[in-house]
Amino acid sequence: MRDRGIILAGLVLFLGLITFPAWYSVARGATSKGPQLVLPATEKQCVAPTAWMRAWHMDLLVRWREQVVREGNRNYRAANGRVYSVSLTGTCIMKCHTVKADFCDRCHNYAAARGPYCWDCHVDPGLIRRASR
Amino acid sequence: MKITRQGFFWVTGLATLAHAGRKVLAAAAPRRWAMVVDAQKCLRDQGCTKCIQACHRAHNVPQFREPNHQIVWIWKERFERAFASQQSEYTAETFRDKPVLVLCNHCNNPPCVRVCPTRATWKREDGLVMMDWHRCIGCRYCVAACPYGSRSFNWVDPRPHLPVLNTDFPTRTKGVVEKCTFCEERLARGQAPACVEACPDKALVFGDLADQDSEVRKLVRARYTIRRKPELGTQPQIFYIV
Repeated sequence: MRDRGIILAGLVLFLGLITFPAWYSVARGATSKGPQLVLPATEKQCVAPTAWMRAWHMDLLVRWREQVVREGNRNYRAANGRVYSVSLTGTCIMKCHTVKADFCDRCHNYAAARGPYCWDCHVDPGLIRRASR
Repeated sequence: MKITRQGFFWVTGLATLAHAGRKVLAAAAPRRWAMVVDAQKCLRDQGCTKCIQACHRAHNVPQFREPNHQIVWIWKERFERAFASQQSEYTAETFRDKPVLVLCNHCNNPPCVRVCPTRATWKREDGLVMMDWHRCIGCRYCVAACPYGSRSFNWVDPRPHLPVLNTDFPTRTKGVVEKCTFCEERLARGQAPACVEACPDKALVFGDLADQDSEVRKLVRARYTIRRKPELGTQPQIFYIV
């Protein structure tokens, strides 16, 4: 047992390294809580139930895109019968989630989902607000 | 409910008739959007760019000083260039070296559509040559195919070059081709194209060529009109009164 010191030091080092992500998160103040989203003040119900939107909003947006660009149909009848104008900026942002940074971005940043490039073309009205300030 | 043999024939017969009727109605219905440009009226004020400004503002078309980067949906071209086949040493004084308004011709037989490998551009039933910027891969085949130079390519990110950002319409990104869409988004709301609305001299007339009583149809019937490069067989749908 002459190597006890080395073995114990190695073990401590190993444990430290393997639990590093946990330490790092604690040090950074990250919590297991999800992102804090700012919900729309004016509307209670999205075009579909929240759980469904959380999982499938990207599919809905692709469907909307095809519907408007290819079929020229700009109306969406939700499950509850209400008809919405199909527009990412005009409906989703201007009518409900007024600050993109407080809704879309928070969740996408949390999930590190940087894939979609919707806003490279579609206009975030926040850009104009910030520019005019 | 028990169905008799006679009843069965009635139902299938009526269903077939209804289906055929819908087909006939659908075939009769398509519109054919077109525009008539009164080149004489347009010349009254040669400095006027109201239609161009209205269009470019409505569609977030960027402005570049660098001519190679320029993006245009509607612009003015020298008569001799716009109508190269009509040109001679003795071109009428009225039009010699004068500007003519040009835009996408929304051809009946659009070469840009034929070459697009991703079907990002296609001809709609109402004759409008549409673009799906989501699907454009920037190969620029359409730019090469269009004989009218109606298509522009975004060589750089257009956003920093927009004087004002219009929230009602998306911008484009670097690597995407763009052109006039006949204000498809305004037509859907029942409005006339932005350029038509902006013209103070009413030199631009827009309407449905398939409709016998539409203003454009009456104009092309009553006045002699010319089209750009008709010899190419593209069947442009912008008609010029000269």
